[in-house]
Amino acid sequence: MSKHRSKPHLSAVALTKSYTKGEIQVPVLRGVDVSVERGEFVSIVGQSGCGKSTMMHVLGLLDSPDIGEVRLNGERIDDLPLGTRDELRNHVFGFVFQFYHLLPELTLMENVLTPLMIRHSAWEYFKRRHEFREIAGEIINRVGLAHRAKHRPSEMSGGEMQRAAIARALISKPEVLLADEPTGNLDASTGAEIMDLLKSLNEDEQLTIIMVTHDGAIADQAKRIVRLFEGRIQTLEEAA
Amino acid sequence: MYKLLLSSRYLRTRFIALASIISVMLGVATLIVVNSVMTGFRYEMRDRLHSLISDVVIESRSTDGASNPEELVQHVWDVAGEYVDAVAPTVEIYGMLSFKLSEGMHSDEYAHCPVTIIGIDPSQQDAVSPIRQHLIGRQPETDDEGHVIAPPLFPVDSLLNWELSENAKEHRKDWLYNRRWKEMVYGETQPEQPFYEAPASEAAPVAYSEPDPFGHDEPIRTTELTPDAQPGQAATASTFDPTGGQPASDLFGSAPIKVRDPDEPFPARLYVGQNLIAFPYKNEETKETEMIPLVRPGEDVQVSTIKTGLPEPARFTATVVDVFRSGMSEFDSSFVFCPIEELQKVRGMMDPSSGQGDVTMLKIKLKNYDDAGLVVDRLRSATDLFPAHLFNIYTWEQKRAPLLQAVEIESKILNMLLFLIIAVAGFGILAIFYMIVVEKTRDIGILKALGATSNGVMSIFLTYGLSLGVVGSGVGVIMGLLFVHYINEIEKAISWLTGHKVFDDTIYYFKSIPTEVSPWMVTWVALGAMVIAVLASVLPARRAARLHPVRALRYE
Repeated sequence: MSKHRSKPHLSAVALTKSYTKGEIQVPVLRGVDVSVERGEFVSIVGQSGCGKSTMMHVLGLLDSPDIGEVRLNGERIDDLPLGTRDELRNHVFGFVFQFYHLLPELTLMENVLTPLMIRHSAWEYFKRRHEFREIAGEIINRVGLAHRAKHRPSEMSGGEMQRAAIARALISKPEVLLADEPTGNLDASTGAEIMDLLKSLNEDEQLTIIMVTHDGAIADQAKRIVRLFEGRIQTLEEAA
Repeated sequence: MYKLLLSSRYLRTRFIALASIISVMLGVATLIVVNSVMTGFRYEMRDRLHSLISDVVIESRSTDGASNPEELVQHVWDVAGEYVDAVAPTVEIYGMLSFKLSEGMHSDEYAHCPVTIIGIDPSQQDAVSPIRQHLIGRQPETDDEGHVIAPPLFPVDSLLNWELSENAKEHRKDWLYNRRWKEMVYGETQPEQPFYEAPASEAAPVAYSEPDPFGHDEPIRTTELTPDAQPGQAATASTFDPTGGQPASDLFGSAPIKVRDPDEPFPARLYVGQNLIAFPYKNEETKETEMIPLVRPGEDVQVSTIKTGLPEPARFTATVVDVFRSGMSEFDSSFVFCPIEELQKVRGMMDPSSGQGDVTMLKIKLKNYDDAGLVVDRLRSATDLFPAHLFNIYTWEQKRAPLLQAVEIESKILNMLLFLIIAVAGFGILAIFYMIVVEKTRDIGILKALGATSNGVMSIFLTYGLSLGVVGSGVGVIMGLLFVHYINEIEKAISWLTGHKVFDDTIYYFKSIPTEVSPWMVTWVALGAMVIAVLASVLPARRAARLHPVRALRYE
């Protein structure tokens, strides 16, 4: 609330969310306020089950809060109509998941192109397919997978898949990258490569990144850390 | 775009989808094959039904017929002349065909069959509904493979006449010889009616002094048969003849003018339906069914019918000229054609004043059959010329309506039942799609996270269903058409494999299985299959669309 004057890039106001399990309401978020400035690299840390993934889903409009608001550039976005929210997800947010979540039937190139296929109609996509291929090629180069473009996810290693997922998140030229445990499934050195990639994206392109992790060492690489504990913000502090 | 890409990928990577494609394909192929064969049979049946019934028929309600046929024909031309191609007056009357099965010591055994006797004028009949292509004597004799082993006795397109073929003449000689020989052995067991019994009023010379139809040079023998006058075995026959070669003078002592050569065929000649005088016999050794004739062309048979007025039997002897086989067992087992004048004379239908015989039926051939309804309406409304209490006017389809409708309904029901096959395939698609949706739950979550709308996700599966339908029905159509095209080869292969004939051509008289592919039917079947495939994918697609993105992403 106090950040109104500067209009943060993405902010959450008093987010409250609970899931119903059988007859019992399980609160996951209990009034979380977070705001992220443009070009910031924020990591959200917490134990398993503290609600950090849920918070990321709510921020990325995959889920809607019971109470509270999500604001993009000061505008409330969580109560927009479904179609607009789908469009925002496609244009504004890029997602990176712990389990990569690539489509197994498609090649790396096609996986990377999926957001553009979703954005454009079949006819328009077909007309501009060469242009899109080029963009995708550049991005794949950027994440260092040029030699893998024609491969299926099943033929790639974990690190490669995660880089592919990042490439897919980048192709739609998002304003905010939401990464859910991007290194959670990788060994330390591969994880470090991914973190380097994210950091370089943040620094070179001023991409706002919100990363969720339970690993303190990984979280420390972000510029700022938000600690969640049982659905509440524990501390706000600058990363080292 | 992603919808097309994903559905085509799912199509290519899911073997289970192949199962639904095959079920759609089989359904479509079956439907096409069954429909084509049924339509083929129906067309063939219509052709055969139509072949012996003319386009439009005016029938006198009285079996005595209507007098002055020339005037009636003129009326038809006056009323509907612009549509009419030809009119043929005929006499149609029920009767009985009798022939001798065997000769016994004490009594002969006869077979009597109920028949419809149709008196025709060959050239006129030819114009309204030609029967010559059905006559066996006008068809080349073929072996099993369809190779011609003997040419037809008469050229098939030569004009219909009542002449005996050379073969029939030869057979007649043998037959007469045999008969006389038996008569000698057994004695005359039953008085044959050897001569044409003309009504008393009939001037004999008209009937009997006509030129010899054989074209023999010999004059018509009126008195005795001398051995040298008779070639071949007939000469020997006369020596065995107990009546001493002078049967005529024995029976009709006076009036030599009425005496005719007993070898000469009778003036009443017949074309007889094959099933009346032959029976099918299955040879156990060769497994071939053949028709065993009881009466062959050249032999004499008895025909009985009724005279005009109060029912009184009229009987005459006639010589069988040829056998016809139209393929409609109903016709082949009841129709007997004879010269119209003979029938008119026997039945007493001749008008003594005008010399014209009465007719019971006018057969009309139209220039274009599509006008049939109109012509019938016009003729019916001309009540002064064709009063409804005297004449019954109908098209051949109206006459045959019950049969045609029954076949029509039968094919509709069969179609509905067969469409259930495709519906079953549809439920298969439904089940398989549900499985695929469950399997793809996480991918659906990903797509939603990437901004795909619910409608977009739904259309992936609808497109998938449609492409299953398109591929399935496309392959099905091709398979069905190929099957129809090669149906006879397939039938042969199956017959060879199973060792007994699938399609017995003696039952239907078809050399091959008739088929008729209607483009409309193929289109409808293919479209129907596609619609069913799409409908079956609606439910799973809706389920996919309604998945919550987060829950879908977390789905394990």
